[in-house]
Amino acid sequence: MSELKSGSNLEKMLAAGHFAVTSELGPPKSADVSLIDKKVAHLAGSVDAVNLTDNQTAIVRISSIASGKLLVDRGLEPVVQMTCRDRNRLAIQADILGAYVLGMRNLLCITGDHQCFGNHPTAKHVFDIDSIQLLRAVKDMRDEGKFMCGDEIRQGKKGELVPPKLFIGAAANPFADPFDFRVTRLAQKVAAGADFIQTQCIYDMERFTEWMKQVRNRGLHEKVKILAGLTPLKAFRMAQYMNSNVAGITVPEKLLKRMEAAEDGPAEGIKICQEQIEQLRETEGVAGIHLMAIEWEHKVPEILEGAGLLPRPTL
Amino acid sequence: MIVATQKPIEEIQGFLKARGHRKVLVLGCATCVTVCNAGGQREVETLASLLRLADDGLECMEKTIERGCDKEFYDGLDELVASCDAIISMACGVGVQLAARIYDKPVYPALNTQMMGINEGAGAWSEACLGCGDCKLGIRGGVCPVTMCSKSLSNGPCGGSQDGMCEVDQKNIECGWALIIERLKTLGQLDLIEEFAPPRDWSKMHDGRPRKIVREDLAGDTE
Repeated sequence: MSELKSGSNLEKMLAAGHFAVTSELGPPKSADVSLIDKKVAHLAGSVDAVNLTDNQTAIVRISSIASGKLLVDRGLEPVVQMTCRDRNRLAIQADILGAYVLGMRNLLCITGDHQCFGNHPTAKHVFDIDSIQLLRAVKDMRDEGKFMCGDEIRQGKKGELVPPKLFIGAAANPFADPFDFRVTRLAQKVAAGADFIQTQCIYDMERFTEWMKQVRNRGLHEKVKILAGLTPLKAFRMAQYMNSNVAGITVPEKLLKRMEAAEDGPAEGIKICQEQIEQLRETEGVAGIHLMAIEWEHKVPEILEGAGLLPRPTL
Repeated sequence: MIVATQKPIEEIQGFLKARGHRKVLVLGCATCVTVCNAGGQREVETLASLLRLADDGLECMEKTIERGCDKEFYDGLDELVASCDAIISMACGVGVQLAARIYDKPVYPALNTQMMGINEGAGAWSEACLGCGDCKLGIRGGVCPVTMCSKSLSNGPCGGSQDGMCEVDQKNIECGWALIIERLKTLGQLDLIEEFAPPRDWSKMHDGRPRKIVREDLAGDTE
């Protein structure tokens, strides 16, 4: 095994060649820690790491880093999500150091949803840097020991160089447009420093397969670990909603019909998800899944058990 | 040009009522805001009439100067201004501020200054430049990522680009990066997209302080 960049569980899992499983935890919209405890109880032992969203859909929540600390304390490995929407480069780098000293080892660098979608639509957004510049910045901090300004990450001239050693993630949306450009964008993210990729949730397996073909054609699957995003459907209504209301997501007619015809919607949704996992495990270049069971965290163990992904390997 | 739109008349009346002004000068500008039908001579006449109608006894004088952002065009207005309690400026924010700098009278804005934009036909404008001070149009096919992308991304498009439209408003806002890609394709310059664009130097934009420009070649002449 080559030398680890961060030593995170997720990195080790991927480096060892295991089919990795990450999940997602949306921090509470209040200071109620018990909600995190509940979700942690559902996910602990079933997944390799858990993403903590950063004011997802531009709605204020407990910060991803504070939530990450709660997970570290509870023995569950966090993937801290960091958007470019709410912080400038000073705050970003300060928070990266902060997350690192609090024990966080995975960082997902994303642009961030526009504030118009959230509960503070009159806010001023930041976007001092974009997600690709953020990836480069985190990589340079880790590998060069330098801040964005070029200063070394040390306390004074005689201080020891102590950079944050993070496993760097990026998002990819194979379903956004222009389609031909999506793999180019992935290549840019890999070149900027992404070690792993988590994709937008996939329903249209055909388009995902086509995207993966382009990924392999450029050899990107050999440079970056790709985790395919999945969100199990709970009901026909949810499938309809995702299809028509969520930008960049299409639920194919075939799945809509299955969900509509299903007597037990949740069971059908889980079955579909498990079938997708089976197919993804067979897809060359897919290194794992990112299971985003939105407000359905308690179903994660069941889904993974049925997909044959439990118990998780221990390293 | 600079595009502006009129404030609700109640807001303008509110300025006058709050301070009991009885004699005001409605001051228009014959440049950008005339072209965008927001603050030229015609709009000055209309606003003055409306204010008079709504408040019997309010004295409204009218004047439109050639260019509200240039001091020399205020020459000869001293007497008129001296005779009134306040100025209602129908210029853009630049004109309002210059008038406020020249006169010891309250200057109230009648417009909301919106943007530097392109005239898209009758009654329609779209923003096209944020005055970032570090123009990248040369490598972006003549489409500005700072202005045309809702997130001002240097390396785009983000995942919210759908069928050439921006997820912020899929009916009305085009994805700036989709436009850039299309344009570079047409120009045969798509290679420019793959290059990493480093973080921008926002200090060239407004961030942190008002910008001032002194061109020695020109400024020298006035000495």
